Order: sequence, then structure tokens, then C-alpha cells
Amino acid sequence: MNNILVYCEVRDAHVAEVSLELLSEGRRLADKLGVQLEAVALGCGLQGVPAEVFPYGVDTLHLFDDARLSPYTTLPYAEALSKLVRENDYQIFLLGATIEGRDLAPRLTAELHCGLTADCTSLEIGDYEDRKSGTTIKNLLYQIRPAFGGNIVATIVNPHHRPQMATVREGVMPLSVVRGSDYASTVVQHAVADYISDAAFVVSVMERHVQPPQNNLKSAPIVVAGGYGVGSKENFEQLFALAHLLHGEVGATRAAVDAGYTTRDRQIGQTGLTVRPKVYFACGISGQVQHIAGMQESGVIISINSDPDAPINAIADYVITGRVEEVVPQIITYYQQKQ
Amino acid sequence: MLFGVGVLATILIFARNMRLLFCMAMPFGRGCENVFDMSLNIIVLAKQVPDTRNVGAQAMNADGTINRAALPAIFNPDDLGALEQALQLKDKNPGSRVTVLTMGPKRATELLREALYRGADEAVLLSDSAFAGADTLATSYALTTAIRKIGDFDIILCGRQAIDGDTAQVGPQVAQQLAIPQVTYVRKVQAVENGTAVVERAIENGVELLKAPLPLLLTVDGTASPCRPCNAYRMLRFHRAATAQEQAADDYKYSAQAQADEALTIKEWALADVNGDAARCGLSGSPTKVKAVTNIVFKVKESKRYTADGEQIKSLVAELLANHTIG
Repeated sequence: MNNILVYCEVRDAHVAEVSLELLSEGRRLADKLGVQLEAVALGCGLQGVPAEVFPYGVDTLHLFDDARLSPYTTLPYAEALSKLVRENDYQIFLLGATIEGRDLAPRLTAELHCGLTADCTSLEIGDYEDRKSGTTIKNLLYQIRPAFGGNIVATIVNPHHRPQMATVREGVMPLSVVRGSDYASTVVQHAVADYISDAAFVVSVMERHVQPPQNNLKSAPIVVAGGYGVGSKENFEQLFALAHLLHGEVGATRAAVDAGYTTRDRQIGQTGLTVRPKVYFACGISGQVQHIAGMQESGVIISINSDPDAPINAIADYVITGRVEEVVPQIITYYQQKQ
Repeated sequence: MLFGVGVLATILIFARNMRLLFCMAMPFGRGCENVFDMSLNIIVLAKQVPDTRNVGAQAMNADGTINRAALPAIFNPDDLGALEQALQLKDKNPGSRVTVLTMGPKRATELLREALYRGADEAVLLSDSAFAGADTLATSYALTTAIRKIGDFDIILCGRQAIDGDTAQVGPQVAQQLAIPQVTYVRKVQAVENGTAVVERAIENGVELLKAPLPLLLTVDGTASPCRPCNAYRMLRFHRAATAQEQAADDYKYSAQAQADEALTIKEWALADVNGDAARCGLSGSPTKVKAVTNIVFKVKESKRYTADGEQIKSLVAELLANHTIG
């Protein structure tokens, strides 16, 4: 049977959240196709990986555990994965659209000569009519992604090449635990020397500095986000004050980040984070599609904008027409009074 | 004396090859290449793209599709960062040569001239209707054939991704087909010495310093230094740069200059010039197919409207607290 393979990105001996999201999605697709879900992880000290991934419904886990595989470098990972894929003839192979996934996946497609869709936001199974041969190919992976700078959505298929490869953005697929951690799946420990030549270790990491995320934006229940319309870095301070008061986090549009109002790690939208908080304050945000793509699933959307016809108002539950620097301090004052 | 004549003759014969000139000009030149010759052959891959960052209403057709013609064609931003890294390497390593390669329609010579204005030494246009409709794999195949024709290279630099597709795939795919290592998301090439490059790259929530042997492909991300501006003297010279086909046109006024200055000729290669396999190019050589393209539709909500008036905001805050939206 041609199964589904998910690449599990390992950071500090733990599986990255985006990989668990992909396993959840992979399980759903495998059930739809009636095939098994397999996962692969490479690194050093992977003893904890099985317990982390099995709850998501992995049937077989492939491990490549070797001191030389941490930290990540492209060539050894590409060698091991291309050999594993060739041996098992997967029909679908999913990776996170992270820096690592976007480094590795295209190299693999050139090696395996198959198609790859980057940064998917949705995956479905469906049929495809090949006009050239006049045949219908059943049960293909629909790879759905924003295209052309996020102004349109494209559905891509790989009719004739396997595996069908896609990278998927972090935060767009919901996590879904389907089994207890004691579920008996198969773990295959591969002999690294059988898969990776010594010559693959030509690139070496001299130094590595990782700084944990400075904010909790991705999982914050309340997000106070600002756009270019906030007007200045000083005005952005008011958003921080409101977020602090509501135990939320501050987010921003790309325009606000580019203008230097706040840091890039707070960017929400197509090229930033995808968030779905309970409440989303959109302050001075006009509502370009690229931004809305990263926040449209928020529970309650409150738009504060001097332009009554700002596009974002169409998807807002509450619209306050006024300048951000007038409205936000009032919200703070009345909130403090009511409490 | 004999030695001196030999050196002089060699310089005259190979005067156009800086690599040899540097080496042979040194007394007892044998074996000195590793020590004194720091020159690099650098290829920059660049793409002319529609400016998708500012798609205004006039660029949208009534049916929701995009009118590409209404968008300005620009030098892909990340590719400009790659060009700057190439030019910095050239500054540090005298005698280096920067060749810019693009695949695209004829008008992509605009991008090549811009690269020449900014400091590139040579420009190559890869253009053929057989390349049309290529996905990333077919694009990378075509570029690889052209790189093989250029021949000798130490470093290939390209942007991390292009703003019309945002895929970040072509760089690694080219590296694989050339069977050379890659480093993606590069912020800075710190040094290239003795056949080894030290580069700084972004990783998730951090940075990494890598050492990699040449030849090597690097993709440069948006946090790298911005590209130097067009140089006025170079613009005076290179605004005449054109492909042989453009030079043959009736309105090309600089035939005399182009004959005297070889650098004014932009090389143009078609599929046959790079010995490409048509089956691996263009739409038919692309494993991915576009099944559908749809306009983005958002769920429109019925919204409650307020003004910035104090009483109104007070009542809104009260409502948000009452229905447990906040608090």
C-alpha cells in the first residue's frame, strides 16, 4: 500500500508543533484513502519521539539517530529521506513550511523528480481530469495555497509523479489526538550508515544561537494588533498597554513591521504567524488579504479604524470608526473603571 | 631574463584572464595560486517579477483574476540581496567575475541591464517559448543547463524566494542537479578562503554560522544587506547593453559602441544553445499542475458600529465585559 509519510522536525530532542499538526492532518488523509500514516525523524537522542508522535495516530515511525545528525544540515537528511522514500514508494510526503522544511523539500523533489507545493494552507483528496490524456485520476492530493503574493488561491495537483510533496504552514492545521500514548505502533530504528554516506557531512555548523520566542502570540487568547494606521512606534505603546491589561499579546501587520513600529516576530498574516485568538483587536489595519489570511478565524474581531469603509470592517463583529490614539486609551480607561 | 620574457608573454596572451594574470605575475609563480589568487567566478540567478506587494484595484480583473500587465515588473527583492552579496565578494576578492543569469521573456533584459548598472560583469538571458509555463522543477532544470554552459563557477547566489510564487524551491533544486551543497536563508557571506565559505544563515528563532566547501549554492534572504544603487557611470555605459537580436533592430543606435565593447552584448540562449531536453522544460516538464485558481472570499459579518465618542466606547466596553468577550 502506498502510505503517507510525514517529516517530523526535531528541535532540542522534541518534535516541533508544526510536525504534530501535520501528523493530525496526515492521519485524516490516511483514513480518507484507507492507507497507513508513517512518520520519520532524524537527529540525536530521539528516545522521546515515539511517545510524542503516537497519540496523533502514527502507524510506523522511522528513526535515524546519530550524533552527526544534530544539528540539522541539508545533505545527510536529504540522502536518508530520498532513500527511505524510494524504498517505500509513498504516495504523499508532507513537511512543515519551516526554514528546515523549505530547505530540505525542494532538494528532495529534484532528487526524486516529483512535484512540490510550498506553503499549503489546506489539503484535500479529490479527482483530477487530465485533459491531455482524457483520463480521470482518482484520489489525488489537492494542495491549496495562496498564490501571487496572497491575492488569489491556487489548487495544485501532481497527477503523474510520486510522492506528491507539500510543505504546510505552521498553525493552519488543528492538532488532533486520536489515540492514547500507549498505542502500539511500530518503531523502525534505521542503521544510519546504510542510508547516509560520509561524504554527505561536508557542511559543518560552527556556531548556533537560538533565542526562545519573545512572545506568546501564537497561543494568546486575546491579540491586539496594529497596522500602518497606528501611525508611530509611540502609538504602538498604547496597544501594548491594552494587551497587558487584557492579558493578551500585541501583533502587527507587515506594513507596521516594515515601518519599524514593532518587531518582525509579531507579524501576523501570510508571511508571518497564523493566529486564531478568542478576541482580535485590529487597530489601524485596513485589511489586505495577506493579513486577513493570518487572522480570519479569530473568534470576535473588533476593528478600530478612521476609515469607515476599511475592508477589514466587513469581517469585523464590532467596528469603531475613529483614530486609534483616541479610541484605545478610552477603552483602557473604561475597562479599568468597570473592573 | 628568460623567465621575465616568459612572464610578459603569458600576461599578454592571457591578459583577459585575471586568474592566470594574478598567478603568473608573481615571481616563481608555480603553486602560488592558492595563496594569491582569490578571484571567484560567481553566478547570480535573478528573476523579473510582477510587483505583487502592491496589487491595487486596477490590477484586478472583474472576474477576480489578476491583470499581470497592470503590475510593474521589478527585480525580485531577494535576488537583489543575492547580487549585493556577490558584489561584496567581488570587492573583497579582486579579479572576481559576477555573471547574472535570468530565465524569462525578452523584456527580462531590463533586469539584466539593471544588474549591470549595479555592478555585474556579464549578463545572460535564457529565453525560449519551450520554457513557458514551467514550475519550479522545470525552471531549475533549465537554469542548470545554462549554468553548465557558463561552466566554471565557485559560488551560485540566488534570492531565497521570488515574490510572485514565494516557493523558495528553485535554489535547492539547482544545487541538487549540480550535485553541490546548498545553504539557504543566508544573511551574510562572512568569508571565502581556501575553497571554503563561512556563511551566516537564519534558523527558526536564531542564527547559525556554517562552513561549507566550494562550489556552493547560497540563497539569500530578505534580512541581508540591501543592494547598492545603480552607478551613474555604469548606467551611461550599459544602457546600450542589448542582446544580439536587440542590437540588430532598426532602433538600436549603439552598434559602433557595441562592436568596440564586448560587455555591451547580453548573451541570449535558447533551449538548443544549452542542450536542454524539451521534455523536461516548460509546462510539459512540470510535475505540478494548476487545477484551479480562485479569488479569495471572506466570510462577511454583520458588524455593530460605534464612533470614537466617549459614551459609545463606554457602552461597548460594558457589552464586551457582559458577554465575556474580555475580562
